[in-house]
Amino acid sequence: MIGTVCDVLAAVSLVSGAALTLAAAAGLLRFADVLARLHAGTKPQVLGVLLVLIGVALRFREPRVLGLVAVAALFQLMTVPVSSHLIARTAYRSGTFREDLLVVDELADGRPTAAREADHAAGTDSP
Amino acid sequence: MTVAVWLALPLLAIAALGCLVRIVRGPTMLDRAVALDVLVATLVCALAAEAELYRHRATLVIIVVLSFVAFTGSVAMARFADRAPDEEGAP
Repeated sequence: MIGTVCDVLAAVSLVSGAALTLAAAAGLLRFADVLARLHAGTKPQVLGVLLVLIGVALRFREPRVLGLVAVAALFQLMTVPVSSHLIARTAYRSGTFREDLLVVDELADGRPTAAREADHAAGTDSP
Repeated sequence: MTVAVWLALPLLAIAALGCLVRIVRGPTMLDRAVALDVLVATLVCALAAEAELYRHRATLVIIVVLSFVAFTGSVAMARFADRAPDEEGAP
């Protein structure tokens, strides 16, 4: 009885996880620049993977599989913020994003320009 | 469960195709990095779906390893695409 309930729940989480991954890919295709695509490529993607892994844990119902699934979910949650942060930082600092889509740019003062880089290399800028 | 997997796998296939389109089209290297991340996550979901259907644990370790090392490609691309605005060269 409880096996069937868990199997049905696992099926539901698998399909919803796959639908969320499809939403992530759709966002990747439709959004206008790198910074927006980062939103699409991280949030629904991570939730989709977590749902699918919950489905795996529900399907197998063994402690060893639960441990493997927990470790995979933990790694996913740890690594996606790191990679998206670095990609966003690189995109912003190298200017490869669309400025007309930004509403507020709070970091505009600190963006590296040629003059500031030369200043910094010569040691004449203020900390 | 068979019905669910037959529903989920085409969705994942379409998602993977979408990521491939972004990898080919993406005007900068960073777009391709993001799309590769999503592609690897799609791969993880597909492996998990197959393991669920046939109830074998053989591929679950692959899922763990993929979750951990898949981001290193994106991080490497992000580090090497960082150029000051007046320099020549890709992203």
